[in-house]
Amino acid sequence: MRLTLIALGGAALAACSGNNPSANALEPGTYGLGRAPTAAEVAEVDIDAAPNGHGLPSGSGTAAQGAALFRTQCAGCHGDKGQGMAPVFPALIGRDTASEGFRFASDPKLVKTIGNYWPYATTIFDYVRRAMPHTAPGSLTNDQVYALTAYLLAANQVIPDGATLDSARLVRVQMPYHDRFVPDDRRGGPTVR
Amino acid sequence: MKREGRRDRQSTAARAFVRGELTRRELLAGAAGAVGGALLAGVPVPASAAQVHGADLPPVPADPTKVQGAPTSAVGARSRFVTPARTPTGEVTGNSLTPLQDLTGTITPADLHFERHHAGVPLIDPTRHALTIHGLVRRPLRLSVEEIRRFPQVTRIHFVECAGNGRQAYRDPKPDMTPQHVAGLTAQSEWTGVPLKVLFAEAGVKPGATWFLAEGGDACVMARSIPVSKAMDDALVVWAQNGEPLRPEQGFPLRLLLPGWEGNANVKWLRRLELGTEPWMTRWETSKYTDPLPNGTARQFSFVLDAKSIITFPAFPNVLTRGWWPVTGIAWSGRGRVTRVEVSVDAGRSWHDAQLQGPALPKAHVRFTHHWRWDGAETVLLSRTTDETGYVQPTRAALVGMRGIGTDFHFNQMSGWHVTRDGRVLFHGDT
Repeated sequence: MRLTLIALGGAALAACSGNNPSANALEPGTYGLGRAPTAAEVAEVDIDAAPNGHGLPSGSGTAAQGAALFRTQCAGCHGDKGQGMAPVFPALIGRDTASEGFRFASDPKLVKTIGNYWPYATTIFDYVRRAMPHTAPGSLTNDQVYALTAYLLAANQVIPDGATLDSARLVRVQMPYHDRFVPDDRRGGPTVR
Repeated sequence: MKREGRRDRQSTAARAFVRGELTRRELLAGAAGAVGGALLAGVPVPASAAQVHGADLPPVPADPTKVQGAPTSAVGARSRFVTPARTPTGEVTGNSLTPLQDLTGTITPADLHFERHHAGVPLIDPTRHALTIHGLVRRPLRLSVEEIRRFPQVTRIHFVECAGNGRQAYRDPKPDMTPQHVAGLTAQSEWTGVPLKVLFAEAGVKPGATWFLAEGGDACVMARSIPVSKAMDDALVVWAQNGEPLRPEQGFPLRLLLPGWEGNANVKWLRRLELGTEPWMTRWETSKYTDPLPNGTARQFSFVLDAKSIITFPAFPNVLTRGWWPVTGIAWSGRGRVTRVEVSVDAGRSWHDAQLQGPALPKAHVRFTHHWRWDGAETVLLSRTTDETGYVQPTRAALVGMRGIGTDFHFNQMSGWHVTRDGRVLFHGDT
């Protein structure tokens, strides 16, 4: 039954949950609850940005602009060099040789940063826009978020110091350790992975 | 100040006494001796009775049958002799642990369910809260909490476990760790809500949609990408926990519940579901909640929590006397039912099938007990569980060998308790 449900998708689901009175003109299997959100209502909450560029807004910012913003908006928690303040405020910046090479499993003392760990550059934009700064979450303009993203990437030696970022440029940024991330291969059964 | 400190100590000792861990003589001697010292050093001092129940406490009568008791009350409170407590840190980004050693059965009282927040607990007016479902759907929907409660509902018992549960016991086990410290980032509730597939049918999810983004309404707008297949399997959008609306710390008014999957993906304060074709690669599925491995890769989207167990009694800082004791704890698997829990009372040389109390529900804590007579010899108590896939909980050494000491999440190694000849019980994490 479960396999059938997945294979047939929406139609089977509709049939499965279809014991509602359908005297009104509803699609079979629906309950007529809720309403369509307005475009403005969707825009208010639709703040995600994905690696393929989905959700990245217009706007741009430079690493230099981002450096200035970092000093006023971020350094208080993350440190003036982005070194973080354990355990609450994580390190953001750092490419010291000891922590290069993705050896994190062998040494818990190695500090992960954007440059030596994060697989996608768009994650910086997505996270900063939705969650930062700590004292006023979600208060930055899109230009400011692009600028901070540019600064963090430049400070981590991923893009040049003089770089400007916009949506087209951001989706083309390749993170140093992007290829190290692999799907989950655990499947239960007797083998411990 | 001094008086309050004494009250703390007395209530700690009283709590231990109620659980039968201290003799009356030890209780009367106060908790300042070796046992009390360990208690105060090794475990968070619970809130004093005065803090929990108010300062104007009536005296305890010498004979309760000779005076009238208390009248009825609007909301009940725990006995003043029972003061379990989480371990708050005072930070908005952080956790508090469930006191596993204070619980029986398998349901965690809602006010003791562990917490892990990334931007504090938001204060949400349910009449202004809405869940938006959009993206690859034929009918984008905006649903109020009241409307969500009108869909067909189900009630299920499932555990929630933080992916980081057991990290300290994995990396740096210490003798003075309690069950709360070892594995307190798991809790179990009876959850009520609507199957997510019902909501997805209502919105008309398009056939090409393979992932969805679940987003919360807290100050970091926490978001995770989840395969649509989990929605079509057993995912729920829940609004109730243990017979009442969700606690704020657990996502009031709505949370996603993904049975058997790491806690972080069970997005609290749920406000939005967007259907798409690829994961969004949020911070919480890239920078965090990924598992570095010794071969220089990191496992990503490692949602399922493998089988695990912990003995919750006896445990540090209990002190045993010779005689019969229940060795009891909880076991669970994110892949289905627990089929077996074995207990060793001789450091792993021999194993006994523990009794599973009540039904072993899928993706749920089950309580196990093995009755044991302590003969006064030094020993180690261990538990290991097997789930319905045939997976056996590994030793710490096996897991460290497979994943490295620095791996970040999903710590389901065996653990146990070292019983010394003088009856002290110390954490034994080096399995």
